[in-house]
Amino acid sequence: MPKYGMVIDLNKCTQCEACITACKLENNVQIVSKENAALGRAMFWMKLLDSNFEGAYPDIRPTKIPMLCLQCDEPPCTKVCPVRATYKRDDGIVAQIYPQCIGCRYCMANCPYSAKTFNWLKDEQQIENEKCYNTDVSVRPKGVVEKCTFCIHRLQAAREKAKSEHRKLQESDYIPACAEVCAAHAIYFGDLDDPHSQVFKLINDYRKFTLQEELGTKPKVYYLSAKAE
Amino acid sequence: MDNHQILDEDEILFRPIYQTGKGFYVLAAALLTVFMFGVVMYIRQLIFGLGVTGMNEPVTWGFYIISFVFFIGISHAGTLISAILRLSKAEWRRPITRMAEVITGIVLLIGGLHPIIDLGRPDRILNIFERGRLQSPLLWDLTSITAYFTASTIYLYLPLIPDIALLRDRGGRFNKLYTILSWGYEGTERQKHVLERAINILMIMVIPIAISVHTVISWIFSMTLQPGWHSTIFGPYFVVGAIFSGIAALIIVMIAFRKTFHFDDYLKKIHFNYLGTLLLVMSLLWFYFTFAEYLTTFYGHEPPEMRVFLYKFTGGYSPFFWLMVFCNFIVPVVFLSNKKLKTIPGILVASIAVVIGMWLERLIIVVPSLANPRLPFPTGIYIPSLTEISLLAAAIAAFILGFMVFSKLFPLISIWEIKVGREESVRIVSERLNEYLPSKGHIRKQIV
Repeated sequence: MPKYGMVIDLNKCTQCEACITACKLENNVQIVSKENAALGRAMFWMKLLDSNFEGAYPDIRPTKIPMLCLQCDEPPCTKVCPVRATYKRDDGIVAQIYPQCIGCRYCMANCPYSAKTFNWLKDEQQIENEKCYNTDVSVRPKGVVEKCTFCIHRLQAAREKAKSEHRKLQESDYIPACAEVCAAHAIYFGDLDDPHSQVFKLINDYRKFTLQEELGTKPKVYYLSAKAE
Repeated sequence: MDNHQILDEDEILFRPIYQTGKGFYVLAAALLTVFMFGVVMYIRQLIFGLGVTGMNEPVTWGFYIISFVFFIGISHAGTLISAILRLSKAEWRRPITRMAEVITGIVLLIGGLHPIIDLGRPDRILNIFERGRLQSPLLWDLTSITAYFTASTIYLYLPLIPDIALLRDRGGRFNKLYTILSWGYEGTERQKHVLERAINILMIMVIPIAISVHTVISWIFSMTLQPGWHSTIFGPYFVVGAIFSGIAALIIVMIAFRKTFHFDDYLKKIHFNYLGTLLLVMSLLWFYFTFAEYLTTFYGHEPPEMRVFLYKFTGGYSPFFWLMVFCNFIVPVVFLSNKKLKTIPGILVASIAVVIGMWLERLIIVVPSLANPRLPFPTGIYIPSLTEISLLAAAIAAFILGFMVFSKLFPLISIWEIKVGREESVRIVSERLNEYLPSKGHIRKQIV
C-alpha cells in the first residue's frame, strides 16, 4: 500500500502562487465574493502562510510557506468528526465525504494548521468559471467542510487507466495539480514508502522540517529549508 | 363544580391557572413576535447558508455554540435545588422545586436545539444516528443530553402527578388532560409510597446524569488541541459554572413570579437568603477555578497559550473579559456578603449580573481560542450578525413563553408538597433532631 506524501523545497519556492491558483481551478473551489472574502470567508485549499520577515522596512522580504492540508498520519480532524465525513485512507490520504458532512465544523476547530475551509454560502460564480469546472470533482453545496485531498480524483483516474492498460500504477501516473504546475519544481510528490521515489530521498535531507511536529500529528507534507549563510 | 366556590387554603397557588390578566396576553404577544422574527431569520439562514451569521475563518463557532452551552448550563438549576436539596432533606426547598424543574425542562429543549441551528446541513442530522462515531465528543454530548432530558422530564412529571390530581378534582377546563395525566392518582397510602420511591430513585439518578452533561459539553472544547481549550479543568469548571448560572436564573424566575402572582407567603425572604448564600458560594468557587486556570496558563507561558491569554486580558476581548469578572465575582460578592445589600432587590441585581456574566464567560471561552490559531495566521474577528442576535432574543423569548404556558396549565409551586410540609414537616424534623441530639442526661448524684 503506498503512503502518499509531499515535500516542498522552500529554497526553490518563488511564492508565485501558481500552485494556489491551480488547486482552486482543479478542485472547483468556490470563488467567494469580495464582501465575503473581506469578512474572512475566502476559500483556499492551499494558502501562503507568513512565516518569517527578513530585513528592515522598507526592504522587508516575507518568507511564505505554501500551506495545504498536511495529510497527517494522526489526524486530529478525523478524531472528532461525529459522522465520519472525514477519514484517513489506507494510502495515507485524509479524505472528505461531502454528502455525509453535517457542517458542524468540529474538525475545523481541532485542526492545528487551520487547513480546512467551509462553504459559508454559495456566491454567484462567473459563467466562464462554471464552464470550465473540472468534471472529475464534485461541486460542494453550502454548509459542508472541504479541504485538500492530494487531488484524489487524479489518483482514481490513474488507477483506472493503469488497470485498463493491464499494468501497475507508476509514480509518474499520479501527481496533484499543485505539484504539476509548480514552475520552480519546488513541490515533490510520491510514495513515502517507496525507496526509489524522490520524496523518500528528500525526507532524509538535513534541511527537512515539519510544522508543529511536537503536536504528534505526523504530517506527511515535509518542508526543506536552509538559511543562506 | 364551580372552581371559584371551593376555596383551598393554598388558593393563591391555583389562581394563575384560572385567571389571566391583560398583561399576560400583551407580554405573550410581544414575546411571540420576537420568537417569530427569530424563526424567520433562521429560515433565511437555511436558504442562504451560515454566511448570514458573523462566523468566518478562523472563528468557526460563535453565538449559537455560546448560547448552547449557556442554556444547557442553566439546566443545572433543576438538579441542584430539586435533587440535591431533596436528597439532603432540606425543608426550605418545597416551594422552589417545581420552578427549578420547569427551568430545566425548558432550557434543555432550547439549548438542545442550538447545535442543530449551528449545523451547516441540518437536513443531514440523521447521519448522526445512522453513521455516528462514538469516538466523537459530539456523540457523547448527544447521549448525555438525551439522557438528562428524559430523566429531568420524568423528574418534573412525577412530583406533578398529585398536583394534577388536585386540579382534576377541582373540575374546570382541561379536565380531560388532567384526568389522563394524573394516571388515576387518588392519594392512597400505597400510591403515595410508590410515588415517593419513584421520586427518590430519580432524584439520585438525575445528579450523576446532570454532572455528566455539562462535563461532556466542556469536553467538546477540551478534547481539541486548541490553546485555551485543551485544559483538564474544563470538566469541573463547566459544572460549577452551570450550577452557578442555574441558581441565578432560578432566583430571577422566582422573583418574577413572586411579584406577578403574589406568592409572597410561599417564597419568603429566607428562601432568597439561602439561595443568595448558595450563589455567593458558587461565585467564590467560580472565581477559584478561573484564577487557577489563568494562573497556570500564565506561569507556564507557552507562546500559543499566551497569545490567547493576552487577547483576553489586554487585547481585543479585554472589555468582555473584565466585564465578566465584574459580573461574576465583584457584584455577587459585594451584594451577597453584605447584610444591608442582601435584600431581595439586591439578590435580584446579583442574579442578573451572574446570568450576564456567565453568558460572557461562554463568549470568552469560545471566541478568543478560535480567533488566535496556532499558526501565525492573522487574528480572527467575530462580529455577530442580526441573525445570531435575533436568535438569541428568540431563545430568551421562548424560555419566558414556555414558563407562561406552563403557568396556565399547572401550578408553579408544588401544592401537595407545601401541604405535606405544613402537616408533617415539623414532626419529621423534630424526630430527626432527636436522633442527632444526645439523650436526656442523667442527673449526677453528688457523692458527698
